[in-house]
Amino acid sequence: MATLKTPSKLEKILAAGHLAVTSECGPPRGSDPEAITRKAEMIKDHVDAINITDNQTSVTRLCSLASCIHIKLMGLEPILQMVVRDRNRIALQSDILGAASFDIFNMLCLSGDHQSFGDCPAGQNVFDIDSMQLLQTVRRMRDEGKFLGGDEIKRPPRMFVGAAANPFADPFEIRVPRLAKKVAAGAEFIQTQCIYNLDKFEKWMQGVRDRGLHEKVHILAGLTPMKSAGMAKYMKNRVPGMDVPDEVIKRMSGVPKEQQPQEGLDICVEAIQRLKEVEGVHGFHIMAIEWEDKVPELVERGGLYPRPQVD
Amino acid sequence: MIVAERKPIEEIIDYVKDKQTILVAGCNECVTVCEAGGKKEVGVLASALRMYFMNQGKDVKIDEVTLERQCDHEYLEEIRNVIDKYDAVVSIACGVGVQFMAEKYFSTPVYPGVNTCFMGVTEERGVWSERCQGCGQCILGRTAGICPISRCAKRLLNGPCGGSSKGKCEISKDVPCAWQLIIDRLKELGRLDDYEILAPIKDWSTDRAGGPRTVVREDVRL
Ligand code: SF4
Ligand code: SF4
Repeated sequence: MATLKTPSKLEKILAAGHLAVTSECGPPRGSDPEAITRKAEMIKDHVDAINITDNQTSVTRLCSLASCIHIKLMGLEPILQMVVRDRNRIALQSDILGAASFDIFNMLCLSGDHQSFGDCPAGQNVFDIDSMQLLQTVRRMRDEGKFLGGDEIKRPPRMFVGAAANPFADPFEIRVPRLAKKVAAGAEFIQTQCIYNLDKFEKWMQGVRDRGLHEKVHILAGLTPMKSAGMAKYMKNRVPGMDVPDEVIKRMSGVPKEQQPQEGLDICVEAIQRLKEVEGVHGFHIMAIEWEDKVPELVERGGLYPRPQVD
Repeated sequence: MIVAERKPIEEIIDYVKDKQTILVAGCNECVTVCEAGGKKEVGVLASALRMYFMNQGKDVKIDEVTLERQCDHEYLEEIRNVIDKYDAVVSIACGVGVQFMAEKYFSTPVYPGVNTCFMGVTEERGVWSERCQGCGQCILGRTAGICPISRCAKRLLNGPCGGSSKGKCEISKDVPCAWQLIIDRLKELGRLDDYEILAPIKDWSTDRAGGPRTVVREDVRL
């Protein structure tokens, strides 16, 4: 494994050709670290690395960096999510160094939801640079040891760098080119938006393979198990860029309410099984929003357990 | 043009409720086009104020004037002879006009009568929308003539983001996604491949971030 660029465990697992499994934890709206450590405890044996969301849906929460440090102190592997909505290029670079000082070895570069969705809709946003430019920034800091301004960094960050992709946003024709652009900007792994429309996802993957992008970047398929038919409908109608086909809604609504959580988990497991066969899918990113206790079941039933040991 | 909209009358009344003589000053340029601060609106605002004071049983003198422009010395000079007669001016020019008036007539209180919104176009009668934020370093040549700085809610230079849906922006079904527009036009121009050129990190020093900006043209200075 001489080609490894960072000490990241996620990078090692992917480089060794294993299907990686990541999951995420949303930090609390308060300062109690237990909210993070408890969730991490539930999933730690079933995932390779844990994403920490960065004020997701623009709601103010305990910061991603501090949460990642809690995860790191537990001996686990955090993935620092960073949105460009809230910080200018000085703050972004400074936080990257802060994370690197705690040996956080993975980072996911995002633009972030617009603040109008969150608890501070009247706030100012920043968007000094965009997510692709954040990718370029981290790669420059890591590979050239330089700040954006050109000055040298003592002990540059060593981070495995990722980005998000939404195969379901519009316009569809730009979705593969947009991935190509993220790869050109320096993305080494991709975590996708949650996939319910498998046909469309496979069509996107076909486009990805046609351009050979699956050989340049590790794609982790994003999954979120649904708890109820209500949640499915909400996701279809209210969450921008989400594609929930009618048959999924029908299937969820077709079972009694108390069985709907199980149905949601079954749909998720079936998706894992089908997506495992898709060439270019190198792993799964399970976003079990406040349902972390189900992650072990999903990973086990998806045939992704036990997790490989590297090192 | 600069687009503005009328302030609520209550807010204006609050500024001037203790004054005896008031000049309502409009502007014949942008705010006339967007029907917020031209001669017609001067008349409407002056009448509303007169009505208010009459109801309060107060005898307040309210005059009306509409200058060709409030952002030029030449036209602002036209009221130099009369300005001292007033306790206050309510300017319904854009924020630029209000400030220039205040700069020029330093001891006269000048209050804004409109909210200055943005630089935009008349889409149709009664509908104005934003097109430019005056960033001082125009990138329209790279974005098919559609400005993502003023029209994308996240100012993305390499968009569209994952929230773009059916041509609309994630913030609202009523807002077109700027990047959908850019891509549609790139396609129309046969330049879709240009989308994959990574946009350089923007130099915002020519924008608000660089402090107040000045354009100096030595060749046209007197
Ligand atoms: S790029 Fe700058 S100058 Fe050009 S239209 Fe947009 S905001 Fe205005
Ligand atoms: S949906 Fe389009 S306009 Fe709205 S923030 Fe995303 S890229 Fe910008």
